[in-house]
Amino acid sequence: MAREEERAAYLFMLPWLIGLVVFLIGPIIASVIISLTDWNLVSSPQWVGLANYQEMLFDDRNFWQSIRVTLYYIVLSVPLFMVSGLGLSLLLNMRLKGMNWFRTLLYLPSVLSGVAVAVLWVSLLNPDLGAVNWVLRGIGVANPPRWLSSPQWAVPSVVLMGMWGVGGSAIIYLAGLQNIPPQLYEAATIDGAGAWRKFIHITIPMLTPTLFFVLITSLLGAFQVFDTAFVLGGSRGGTSGALRFYLLNMWTEGFRNGRLGYASALAWVLVLLAAIVIMIMFRTSARWVYYEHEPTKA
Amino acid sequence: MQTTAKTATSAGQADSALRYRAQRIAGQALAYGSLILLSAFVLMPLGWMLTVALKPDNMPYFTIPPEWFPTSYWEWNNFPRALLDSVQPFLRYTFNTLIIVLGNMVGTLFSCSLVAFAFARLRFRGSELLFNVLIITMLIPWQVLMIPQFLLYYKLGWYGTYLPLIVPSFTGNAFFIFLIRQYMRSFPRDLDESARIDGCNFWQVFWYIVLPLSTPVLVVCMVFVFQNTWSDLLGPLIYLDSNNKFTLAVGLANMVTRAGTKWNLLMAANLITIIPMVVVYFFAQEKLIGGIASVGLKG
Repeated sequence: MAREEERAAYLFMLPWLIGLVVFLIGPIIASVIISLTDWNLVSSPQWVGLANYQEMLFDDRNFWQSIRVTLYYIVLSVPLFMVSGLGLSLLLNMRLKGMNWFRTLLYLPSVLSGVAVAVLWVSLLNPDLGAVNWVLRGIGVANPPRWLSSPQWAVPSVVLMGMWGVGGSAIIYLAGLQNIPPQLYEAATIDGAGAWRKFIHITIPMLTPTLFFVLITSLLGAFQVFDTAFVLGGSRGGTSGALRFYLLNMWTEGFRNGRLGYASALAWVLVLLAAIVIMIMFRTSARWVYYEHEPTKA
Repeated sequence: MQTTAKTATSAGQADSALRYRAQRIAGQALAYGSLILLSAFVLMPLGWMLTVALKPDNMPYFTIPPEWFPTSYWEWNNFPRALLDSVQPFLRYTFNTLIIVLGNMVGTLFSCSLVAFAFARLRFRGSELLFNVLIITMLIPWQVLMIPQFLLYYKLGWYGTYLPLIVPSFTGNAFFIFLIRQYMRSFPRDLDESARIDGCNFWQVFWYIVLPLSTPVLVVCMVFVFQNTWSDLLGPLIYLDSNNKFTLAVGLANMVTRAGTKWNLLMAANLITIIPMVVVYFFAQEKLIGGIASVGLKG
């Protein structure tokens, strides 16, 4: 019977096992090798050793530009999205009539497709006739930013667009908030703690696992910005490369410039960066992430 | 003397009760105020988009001040025009997108439920190791696979077809497998054991007992698949090479980057892309928000 069960198990898993080998492990190994070649599909691959990596580090301004853009985006967006997402979730956690209606509505933008949302915001951000600058002029900003046509304001434009979908992370925080046992707040109220102290000493510590999850996913997400950058800035990455996000740069090298080897090298640098981010996060997490009980191994 | 003291305290009590109530009402008013403001922030761009989509060709699309909802022009004909446009046929794009979406739904449903069942309900050697592999594959940035997978499909002659966009879903997706497995684990063990004693084989246990019970989590996965595939830009951009095979996302991206775009038609096309997502969202939102919540907690 045990043997039969085992055979059944492997049969059930067959689709995934095939995919694992054919679409994952194989390509990963291939990717390492391709990254050491110069290859454009038309000619046969030329072995170049580490030259692709060398070129990236020492002579590729586009690569460094993509790193700068991505880091700039992280620095601007991650704190802003986290704070506003948390704030919104606190608001959505209040017990008010019609709250479900508001939750549904405010979550809506985050389920809409990246392209459609970007298309919408391209027009809202039009410097002269767009709605955003009309609002800014209305509240007294004499010279509102030129947004997408200005190299300094292109990344902030993407961040502003992202704010429209901040309900997405708010829903995740909301789930975390609703998991905090109400007794904690009751006890604190009896001890005379005010709303602010309850927030600092109960809500934030109890929410650290959720904050940790959101922080990791948004750091990794910054390396995957593509749709928005493509629609807002085109395949060249906008005015003077201001929107040359990492993934866009990689796609351009691979599929526009036909440099498959070089693009694979870029992919591996991305893996390395992601691994570093994940490692730092997990290393430091013991110090600031609070688990009430050790999460049971699933 | 006594009576005055008494009235004083009750007056004080009434006073503080009153103050408490006033504070509560002020707090609620403030909350409603911010909620309404935020809702406006969400709704106004959508209303503006509809306004532009309903304008006739010769009208200025952008106006100062912006028109947040349609008042004077109702050019519904723009929708069929965008759908049937000869250069960018959005009806065709919608149809293409649907093929890919349905293919992915079938593929994900088939593969992920099978694999999740094995992980959740069957005992076998190597299960722990394989489960760890599953978790690790979730952490691998898929961008690494972009080039080698492209080469693989290219060599297979799949470039320019929908196969690269559909077939991989039949081999499962680590995230959905994980989600479904978590759900399937919550059923009591006796369930399959008694069915086994009654003579069911593992396939029957899966098909007649575990799968029907898993409908809620499968629905959540299907909604996720719909959203991801419907809006995917990168995949179709890499693998599709001709206009009549393009998806909505590619069509929109091409339209907005093209010079001389008619903004009313662009916004109509944009609404054509958005409306199915909104409809699916409203039907599934309760389950969906629950599903996202459980994913968030996993971290």
